[in-house]
Amino acid sequence: MSEVIDRPLRDDEKPAPTRLRIVDCDVHPSLHSFDDLNEFLPKRWQQHLREYGSHLRTPYLFTTPYPRSSPLIARRDAWPPTGGPPGSDLAFMQKQHLDPLDVEFGILQVLDLFIFSQQNLEFGAAIQRAINDWQLAFWSHRDPRLKASILVGQDGTDLAIAEIERCARIGEYIQINVSPRANEPLGRRRYWPIYERAQELDLPLGIHVGGYGGHAPTGGGWPSYYVEEHQSNAHTIAAQLASLVIEGVPERFPKLKFVFIEGGFGWIPSAVWRMDQHFERFRSEVPHLKRKPSEYVREHFWFTTQPIDEPDEARHLRALIEWVGIDRLLFSSDYPHWDFDDPRFAFKTPLTEVERKKIFSTNARAVYKF
Amino acid sequence: MARHIVARTSEIPPGGNKVVDIAGRDIVVFHVNGEFFALLNRCPHEGAPLEKAACVARLTSPEPGIYERSRVGEMLRCPWHGWEFDMRNGQSWFDPKRVKIRSYPVAVERGDELRKGPYVAETFPVHVKDSYVIVEV
Repeated sequence: MSEVIDRPLRDDEKPAPTRLRIVDCDVHPSLHSFDDLNEFLPKRWQQHLREYGSHLRTPYLFTTPYPRSSPLIARRDAWPPTGGPPGSDLAFMQKQHLDPLDVEFGILQVLDLFIFSQQNLEFGAAIQRAINDWQLAFWSHRDPRLKASILVGQDGTDLAIAEIERCARIGEYIQINVSPRANEPLGRRRYWPIYERAQELDLPLGIHVGGYGGHAPTGGGWPSYYVEEHQSNAHTIAAQLASLVIEGVPERFPKLKFVFIEGGFGWIPSAVWRMDQHFERFRSEVPHLKRKPSEYVREHFWFTTQPIDEPDEARHLRALIEWVGIDRLLFSSDYPHWDFDDPRFAFKTPLTEVERKKIFSTNARAVYKF
Repeated sequence: MARHIVARTSEIPPGGNKVVDIAGRDIVVFHVNGEFFALLNRCPHEGAPLEKAACVARLTSPEPGIYERSRVGEMLRCPWHGWEFDMRNGQSWFDPKRVKIRSYPVAVERGDELRKGPYVAETFPVHVKDSYVIVEV
């Protein structure tokens, strides 16, 4: 069993009468402009960015995902008064989000430049490197609440390992972020060197949904509508969970931790029930699995809460949370995006003080070791 | 219910709004096509500030591929999750019985009329030549 499941609360974790300080596992900072990266990006790649820009697996220029639903997929009240896109002004982020919501730690999740979807792997690695440095210089070093992740793409595996080594030497990053949509399902062996290194370094792997890889986001092909695509985040991440578990990644790397970010959690019970049921029937196909899929999920995977499903009856949400496991959930707001969850109002079901403390703080603190 | 003078009509341009504090309540007054509407400045879902909402049209479709816009500017789209409300009464478009924004009666009156009545707000000097937006709370 992991150190989190069924662990009794320590004395310093007992509910205090003061307001709960929260850990927000999904905060999106943005570049003001590409020039922010100049000090971290070699001249050769600055020129490439100007002359060629992104090469993605989406057709036609500017058919990239924005705008979707709302300009820059952002809350309409999150545009900084000083100009620039939502999430690009630290002072405004502090005033609008970190201070009033009592965020003790906020984990940065960078989506700029479609960082995981770049098909030119050297260019992708160069901007990942620049953005990893930028996270520290522009955010973490200016506000120690904000924690940075090592962003790498799996498909340039050797480049990824080199970047993980470089960042691990700096020692300030709290997880390794990999693509939710690599060229192959995430459990495939070609990506194992990254998992092996993550386990050795004891860094969780963060997987934030979204992006454009080489495949349609649904098993049925390319959706027509944004609402349909947004729905598909749950299918995509469920497929990646199944791939990781059934290919045997947790079996091979028993100390590895995965955090699935922005995939929600409503889909988890049925996905896990089905995997267990099929495992009983087909276990001779996958003899490398020593235990039921649900056991791997309950020890190796955590899920951030946003977007929270909102059933008509509060008790259904309550039951869902219990099926997933109070210990598996990490609060996330997705600030400043349009589907932001306010920690004060997002859970439309009763939670005890102990449960609140776990979801909003101590689960994340245990996973990330704050 | 008391009546509160909250603005000159000229102060809130068409499509714009003004946030006022009335008896401790954060209320937002919208100007739509010459009419004014007052609503509690808080989405009933997760509390987003409605002053940042988009004023949109009602969009309907009798069948896929055919779209109709009506009541342009009269629907309020929450700045966070996009929930839509009818500005006239605060009712939500998707669940009008259960989800609504608190709305308040609004009147527009000329200054020379207000001078005679009991409604002059001390903090808002009234000039007889102007028109004023009055919210009843």
